[in-house]
Amino acid sequence: MKELFANLLILFRISINLWEILLTMNKVVKNALEAIHGIESNMTLMLGGFGLCGIPENCIAALAASDVTGLTCISNNAGVDGFGLGMLLRRHQIRKMISSYVGENKEFERQLLSGELEVELTPQGTLAERIRAGGAGIPAFFVPAGYGTEVALGKPVRDFDGKMYLEEHWLKADFAIVKAWKGDTHGNLVYRFTANNFNQAMATAGKITIAEVEELVPAGELDPNYIHTPGVFVQRIFQGTSYEKRVEFATTS
Amino acid sequence: MGLDKNGIAKRIARELHDGYYVNLGIGIPTLVANYIPAGMQIVLQSENGLLGIGPFPAPDALDPDLINAGKQTITAVPGAAFFDSAASFAMIRGGHIDLTVLGAFEVSDTGDIASWKIPGKLVKGMGGAMDLVASAKNIIVAMMHTNPQGESKLLKKCSLPLTGVSVVKRIVTDLAVLDVTPRGFKLLERAPGVSVQEIINATEGRLIVEGEIPEIGI
Repeated sequence: MKELFANLLILFRISINLWEILLTMNKVVKNALEAIHGIESNMTLMLGGFGLCGIPENCIAALAASDVTGLTCISNNAGVDGFGLGMLLRRHQIRKMISSYVGENKEFERQLLSGELEVELTPQGTLAERIRAGGAGIPAFFVPAGYGTEVALGKPVRDFDGKMYLEEHWLKADFAIVKAWKGDTHGNLVYRFTANNFNQAMATAGKITIAEVEELVPAGELDPNYIHTPGVFVQRIFQGTSYEKRVEFATTS
Repeated sequence: MGLDKNGIAKRIARELHDGYYVNLGIGIPTLVANYIPAGMQIVLQSENGLLGIGPFPAPDALDPDLINAGKQTITAVPGAAFFDSAASFAMIRGGHIDLTVLGAFEVSDTGDIASWKIPGKLVKGMGGAMDLVASAKNIIVAMMHTNPQGESKLLKKCSLPLTGVSVVKRIVTDLAVLDVTPRGFKLLERAPGVSVQEIINATEGRLIVEGEIPEIGI
């Protein structure tokens, strides 16, 4: 009887563990270091954020402490000197940037002019849509932005209803790294104010998507009506620490 | 002589209509927000993901998660909405934004605009400017009539790399208000104290002057 009880207890514990694993779906990782496991040199990354707003600070710091190099980074901006992607630039870990605007960064400028760094400038809306298309399984689409400019060089153009459009292609990444305000153990994400920006589209376009969040809660605690990124897009999630949230231009009334 | 930056912004504010959704670029266009007529409901869009830009925050109310497309801290008005970059440009590309106001280095008399790149200087990128000019229903350029060297910025053909082709509808400068027509720039209004001859002298592109040209009323 005692033995049976002990066995039942073991079974019960195993089933609890299994249930927990199922519940968390193994998406929760300890920290940024564990989250970036598998990121190797010469891979393509997407990194969310607009300027320094909504950037995955913890993962960027972990990458800057790693030896990966030759990265292609898809990110609207390139951070500032010494912060955000500027941390990776300083350590020469980035080979190519795909961005819409790369001002505010002296080291970026130096590497670009010296030929150490390659940059592909893409209109901001086209960049967002290329990422969205990558996540949505749409290889190509037409946009009016850039028609008749150097952005259109080498791209097929086509007339739709009397207006000219150019063909743009999807973007996908080996790893997409996003920052959200709140997330749950299923990977459901909620962004805050304008810190959403490129994060929501990028979350859909990584072979592996890493989400770092300010607050990680058990599945079921976030209101399903207000989820921005459904958990299906997210493979790894962790609660970040010590967010600096630097402001680029503090402007007051 | 002519309008100052605030004068240009005041004149552009007269182009607003109740209920408009408007995207204001960096520089003079941003000032337009200060001259929205009382009682008129205008919703300002920021392409980084906000409909309903409010005033700059009080010093103790800065929020790093709430910025405009120029990366300045801002506030959101009651009734504002936040969204992601893809949705933001769906609004722009889909023609849901009524008016875009932006600055420029040069505009041609066929409505081409150059505003993002000066060869030989560092290229920072076009940001959302190409998407905006290619898609907004109405595009007004706010700029000085001539560059600091005194050369016209209203040209037959832009000399700098283009942001968009045949997109500009109206231009408000320190000297004049002009429309882009199939025959070139059409002079509509002149700044107080500025003669038609001064505008002719400062305009390199084709300029149509027909009848009496009224002064800008602001």
